[in-house]
Amino acid sequence: MEAIENKVVEPPSEESVLVDAARAGDIGAFESLVRRYDRNVFRIAQHITQNREDAEDVVQDAFLKAYQNLGQFQGQSKFYTWLVRIAVNEALMRLRRRRPERMISIDEDVKTEEDSMPREIADWSPNPEQLYTHAELKDILGKTIQGLPPSFRTVFVLRDVEGLSTEETASALELSVPAVKSRLLRARLQLRERLNKYFKRRDGDTKL
Amino acid sequence: MKCSDFLKELTDYLDNTMDSHTKAELEEHLQWCHNCYVVCNTTKSTIEIYRDSKLYELPDELRTRIHSAIVTKCQCHKDETAAATQLEASEKKSSK
Repeated sequence: MEAIENKVVEPPSEESVLVDAARAGDIGAFESLVRRYDRNVFRIAQHITQNREDAEDVVQDAFLKAYQNLGQFQGQSKFYTWLVRIAVNEALMRLRRRRPERMISIDEDVKTEEDSMPREIADWSPNPEQLYTHAELKDILGKTIQGLPPSFRTVFVLRDVEGLSTEETASALELSVPAVKSRLLRARLQLRERLNKYFKRRDGDTKL
Repeated sequence: MKCSDFLKELTDYLDNTMDSHTKAELEEHLQWCHNCYVVCNTTKSTIEIYRDSKLYELPDELRTRIHSAIVTKCQCHKDETAAATQLEASEKKSSK
């Protein structure tokens, strides 16, 4: 006698219902997906391109491309991870167009480990972000991240700003998990080094 | 454990994605190595500051403009696809 298997069929998520409806031509459903992720896509695009007009174009082009290619979305990854992959490619393409003299690729790697080795070991002030006004802090953070190679910047933004897991970041960027981890470590250490000059403890700071 | 070994593991340590044995080794290193302690703390702060900074928020006005552009473009694509399908069907019909 055959064993009866109780297969648990999970109900489709709200997101997969929206994706299916959009695939069938429901633009209202697609607009709901846009509302859900537009802020994330804009942040990612602006971090990569470092240019507001480019970021705006990337958001439009990425969503349009996603809509046009919904038929190819297999549902094996999350819709958001798939969308991020499209958005990152669009953003890198714009960056290449703007800086054709520089080779820009997500596969770009750094030659040595030296670039990320801590050079300055200084403790930071308690609550370093409170040393500056909101506008000053934004300026510092923007300038600092801009100095990272695009391949590091992208991994850092997806992983640490947008909160994707290492596996999701690897899938979105078509990189291996060890490659994501290696870039993430270097990005974090390089940013830390560059922020030292703004946040390090000064004379007169109260020691914790 | 050497400082260079600590650094290699820093990402997994900060993300808490390591086995308990390695974690204990790293924490033992942190107890006596001030440099690694500082690097670890300031790297953690770096991540938190960026995460909380709300850098590059999408303003409502721009958001509305982007939405309307996306919807218009999607509608155009939908209409073009429908027209192409209709044309193809009528060509097939007339060729029979």
